[in-house]
Amino acid sequence: MTSEQLAWLIRRHGIEMTHLSGGSHIGSILSVADIMAVLYNDVAKINPENPKDPARDRIILSKGHAGASVYAALAEKGFFDTEELKTHYQNGSRLSGHVSHKGVPGVEFSTGSLGHGLPVGAGMAMAAKKDNKSHSVFVILGDGECDEGSVWEAALVAHHYGLDNLIAIIDHNKMQSLDFCENTIKLSPFADKWKAFGWNVIDIDGHDHDALRSAMLSAKENKGNPTVIIANTVKGKGISFMENDILWHYRFPHDGEEYDGALKELHDAMPEGISDPYTKEA
Amino acid sequence: MRDTFVRTLIDIAKNDKDVILVTGDLGFGVLKPYWEALPDQFINAGIAEQDMTGFAAGLALEGKTVFTYSIGNFPTLRCIEQIRNDCAYHDANVKIVCVGGGFVYGSLGMSHHATEDIAMMRALPNVTVMAPGDLTEAAEATKAIYKQKGTCYLRLGRGGEQKIHEKIDNFQIGKAIKIQDGSRIAIFSTGAIFDEAKGAIELLEKEGISAALYTFPTVKPIDKEVITDCAKRYEAVITVEEHNIIGGFGSAVSEIMAEMSDKKAKLVRIGLNDMYSCIVGTQKYLRNEYGMSAVKIADRVRSELK
Repeated sequence: MTSEQLAWLIRRHGIEMTHLSGGSHIGSILSVADIMAVLYNDVAKINPENPKDPARDRIILSKGHAGASVYAALAEKGFFDTEELKTHYQNGSRLSGHVSHKGVPGVEFSTGSLGHGLPVGAGMAMAAKKDNKSHSVFVILGDGECDEGSVWEAALVAHHYGLDNLIAIIDHNKMQSLDFCENTIKLSPFADKWKAFGWNVIDIDGHDHDALRSAMLSAKENKGNPTVIIANTVKGKGISFMENDILWHYRFPHDGEEYDGALKELHDAMPEGISDPYTKEA
Repeated sequence: MRDTFVRTLIDIAKNDKDVILVTGDLGFGVLKPYWEALPDQFINAGIAEQDMTGFAAGLALEGKTVFTYSIGNFPTLRCIEQIRNDCAYHDANVKIVCVGGGFVYGSLGMSHHATEDIAMMRALPNVTVMAPGDLTEAAEATKAIYKQKGTCYLRLGRGGEQKIHEKIDNFQIGKAIKIQDGSRIAIFSTGAIFDEAKGAIELLEKEGISAALYTFPTVKPIDKEVITDCAKRYEAVITVEEHNIIGGFGSAVSEIMAEMSDKKAKLVRIGLNDMYSCIVGTQKYLRNEYGMSAVKIADRVRSELK
């Protein structure tokens, strides 16, 4: 599987999962899809045969509301059956709207309340240092999430202790719950803030798979300080009427032109070599 | 009590390199013996309790047994959601240590009065809550939470507490300890206010009121057996805690007694009566002011038995 194929499948599952359940956050799932695809497909050491393999890279989705992207990536990588994705958000399901590790193979850590992932990732990175282990710890954050003070507490600590095995990736889609970030609580100059906190900053197009791959691989090689990859993304990426529209932070694709229109755009952009898992032909 | 904790933890950590003590930049003059003896097992997380607690969860999920250390409300209320989501939900081996339960830092003002911590920690599933009553209990509780898997809360006094037990045989999480038998009432205490409860018993005995005394180093899980037994046997059960009477130890006892159909005892909860202290003073002074000194406990018992 290529990362482009996985990214397409994450988007396809995301549309289906939110459509079936009436679930929120499709805009975020679409913006982070390329990041997750490159990470799970090409960069991170993961092992579906042994999800708790001690040598695995740790991946924490701190913006837990995009949990569907993790479930979809893990299911496509063979951690559990893709059929289960249909239960997401629904009565009795273990696939909660915000990502949960309970009973779900491959999920490293449960999140949902923002600002929790980076401190935990820093602790995991510190433990790896103490035990001379060589794996990396990836934490994917939202940009709006960076309003949380605990993110910056962890940024201070990770720099102070030289946690170069900690890699933060920010899905910088420029939007949060009610409005654009810059209209809410200004983050700019965003990269400069991280630089001032002593981090190795890599600023890239978060939908360019080559750029994502090379940023993540170079972050793994960086020595002495933690790395933040500011992945500039578009909220709702891939479905034209969802792009950069705050409506799609909460709205789900309804029956009719929303769902059909989203599928048409996805099918028009489907990479070679895969089929739609939700069509009968598949 | 805090020195007893530190000495006990040094002994534990010397034999287990996976034990890590993380402080929120507190412990001046107290933690020095630890960081001198075990520099590789000590981390100062800075003045950042949310990060400290999430960081501790991360360390714990990688196989460490992590003790977080701070004073008053900082290791608990300031980061309650990190304790809930990151530690307790993940069954993380994080032991939260608070120095200064109740009015230990009485003169420093209400920010430093830890008077709701037991209630808040007790409300979290998967969290063991301990409040030792003397130095011997503090040492035993430290050893017990080290062995206990999962998230635990240890509420300590500061210094100057007595050693009431010479030794405790078979100390167990969830078990109250009987100090003496009595014939009319039973007094239950948790935490360092134990010495006031003991003082009250002595005053009452002089007046011919015979009281049993139990200390509860564990508030959760609570010792249901001792509570139900005493509630059947005695005229009154009196709970004493240096804490709000809502949600804490007295509430835990009341929850058991409220579901009994065959109890004889009335319940009297002694503690801070759902308020913040806006006056300051020594721990002794504030205990007396808010009805938790030995004399005030005895007064209250007397009035309830009329």
